[in-house]
Amino acid sequence: MANPPGILLALEGVTKSFDGFKAINDLTFYLDHGEMRAVIGPNGAGKSTFMDIVTGRTRPDEGTVKFYPDHDSDIDLTSLREHEINRLGIGRKFQTPAVYENLTIWNNLLISLNRPRGLWSTITYRVTSEDRDRIDEILKIVSLGDQRDAQAGYLSHGKKQWLEIGMLLAQNPKLLLVDEPAAGMSDAETERTAELLLSLKGKHSIVVIEHDMEFIRRLGQKVTVLVQGHVLKEGSLDAVSEDEEVRSVYLGRKREKKIAA
Amino acid sequence: MTGSSLRHHSIKHGPALGALLFLLIGIPLLSAWSPSFQLGIWGKYLCYASLAVSLNWLWGYTGLLCLCQSLFFALGGYMMGMHLMLLIGKLGAYKSDLPDFMVFLGYKTLPSFWQPFYSFIFSSGMVMLLPGLVAFIFGWLAFRSRIKGVYFSILSQALTYAATLLFFKNDIVMGGNNGFTDFRFILGMDIRARSTQVLLYEGSVVFLALCIGFIAWITHTKFGMIQQAVRDSENRVLFSGYATTAYKLFVFTVSAIMAGIAGAFYVPQVGIINPSEMATSKSLDVVVWVAVGGRGTLYGPVFGAILVNLLKSYTTRYYPDYWLIISGAIFIFVVLFMPNGVVGLPKQLSGLWTKFNKWRSAQEAVPQAS
Repeated sequence: MANPPGILLALEGVTKSFDGFKAINDLTFYLDHGEMRAVIGPNGAGKSTFMDIVTGRTRPDEGTVKFYPDHDSDIDLTSLREHEINRLGIGRKFQTPAVYENLTIWNNLLISLNRPRGLWSTITYRVTSEDRDRIDEILKIVSLGDQRDAQAGYLSHGKKQWLEIGMLLAQNPKLLLVDEPAAGMSDAETERTAELLLSLKGKHSIVVIEHDMEFIRRLGQKVTVLVQGHVLKEGSLDAVSEDEEVRSVYLGRKREKKIAA
Repeated sequence: MTGSSLRHHSIKHGPALGALLFLLIGIPLLSAWSPSFQLGIWGKYLCYASLAVSLNWLWGYTGLLCLCQSLFFALGGYMMGMHLMLLIGKLGAYKSDLPDFMVFLGYKTLPSFWQPFYSFIFSSGMVMLLPGLVAFIFGWLAFRSRIKGVYFSILSQALTYAATLLFFKNDIVMGGNNGFTDFRFILGMDIRARSTQVLLYEGSVVFLALCIGFIAWITHTKFGMIQQAVRDSENRVLFSGYATTAYKLFVFTVSAIMAGIAGAFYVPQVGIINPSEMATSKSLDVVVWVAVGGRGTLYGPVFGAILVNLLKSYTTRYYPDYWLIISGAIFIFVVLFMPNGVVGLPKQLSGLWTKFNKWRSAQEAVPQAS
C-alpha cells in the first residue's frame, strides 16, 4: 500500500461538537515529514481540541485522522488511546508546564525515555550507559545540565517549559505537538525557546500552537489560521496577515485590543 | 557526576537506615520477651502501622486518597476470623460444631461457603484474595472511567459504607452486628496463651518490616518514579506512553492485599472483628495517622499510627467524650502547620531556627548601622 508521498499526519473532514457547539468543523489538515507548522487562531478557534483529537484525548464525531510514520504503514488514530498514540511517536507538550515536581530533572527525563513501559519492565529496569548518554544529550539541548540533580519543582517557569520539551525529546517522537510554548516567558526565554524549536526542525515534525505573533514571526514557518474549528487560510505569515478575512477575524481584533489597552 | 543514579539515596543514608531498622524492628522484636510488655496493645498498634503504611503507599506515593483502606483491613480480618470461628468447635456457648451466632440464627448445618475455611491455608489465601479482588474490580471500574481526586475518595467511601451495611445484615451469615469473637485456637495453639500472642506479635513486626522494605525497594525503581509521577502530573505520564490505569490498579490492589494481611494479624491478637472495624470513620482514622506521621515518607505512617493510637488510648481513658474533637483538631493542625508530619518536623524546625537566626542577626545589625 502506497501512502500519500511525504505526508506524516492527515486530518480529513474532522468534526467534533460539544453540546451542539462545533469546536472543530470539517477540518482538513496535512503535515509533511520533517515539517514545522505554526497554528494560530483566536480563542475558541479549536486549537486545543485539534491537539486533543490527534493525541486521542477526544474522539472526533466525523472524519478521519491518519498517521503515516513510515512508507507503508497507515494508522487510524481515532481508534487508539492516549498512551498507545504516544508510543507511535506523537509527543504532546501541554500549555501549562507539566513536569514531575518532586522528581529530579534527571529522573524526569529518565522516565520519559522511550523504553518498554509495562509494569514489569519498569520494576526490573536498570539504567544503561546508552540511556545515560541520551539524557546527557537532551540536558545539553535544553541547557539544564547544571541542574540535573535539582527537583523539577524548583525550576523557573521558563525552565520548566524547556524541561518538558526535553521530556518530549526523550520519547524521540516523530511528531511534536507544542501548545503555547512561549506563554508566560520573558523575552530572552522566548527567543531561546524559538531557537530550541528551530534546532529540532527536520529531525522531528512539529506543530506549534501559539498566540504570540512575535514568536511566530521568529519561527518563520508556514502558518495555518484556524477559525471556528475550520482552516481559514494557510501560507507564510506575511501572506496570511495580508489576507482580508484573516485580518478581520483575528489580527484586526487583536489590533482593536491593543488600541483599547 | 555520579549522583544521577536510580539508587543513590539508599546508599547515602546507610547508617541512619540501619539505626532506624533497629529502632523499628530490633526493639519491637526483643521487647516481647519482657514479661511486663503489653503484647496485645502493641500488636494492635503494629497492625495499624502496617495499615497506615499501605495507605501511605497509595496516598503519599501515588496520590490516590482511598477511604476504603479499613474495608480491606476488615475483609482480611473477617477471612481469618472465619477460620478461627470454626476452630472453636464444641467449646462455644451452645456446645455445637457450628459457630454460636449460627446456632442462634437457627442454622442446622454449616453454609457451604464456610466449609473451606476449616483450612488455614485456604483462609490465608482468602485474606489476600478477597481484598485484592474487591480492590481490583472497584479500581478497574473507577480508573477506567478516569475517576480521580476527590471523586475517587468519595466513591471509595461509599463502597466502604455499603460494605459496612452489608456486614451488619444477618442474612449473609458473617456474624452480623456482633461479628466474630471468643476465638480459642490458632494453628493448634491456645490463642490466649502468652507464647501464642508473642508469636502473633512477632509476626506483625516482621510483616510491618516486610511492607516497609517492599516500599523502600520499589520507590527506588523506575516503577516507583512513575508512581510518583502519576501523583505529580498524571496527564504527562499518560502522554509519555504509560498506561496509568494499569499502574494505579496495581498499586491499589497490592495496597489492599497489604491492608488485608494486616487485618488478619490484627484479629487473633485483638480477639474480635465486627462491622464497626470497617466503618468509614475508621478509614478516616488511617488518613489522620498517615498525615500526622508524614505523608509520602517511608517511616512516617508507622510513627503516626503509634502516636495517635497511644494518644487515643490515653484520652479515651481519661476524657472519653473528647477523643473525636481532639483527633479532628490534630488533623487540622497537622494539615495547616506540619505538612510533612512528625517525621518532617526536625527539618521544619531547623528551617525555622535558621530563619530566626537570620532575623536576630538582622535585628542586631540595625543599631550598629544607626
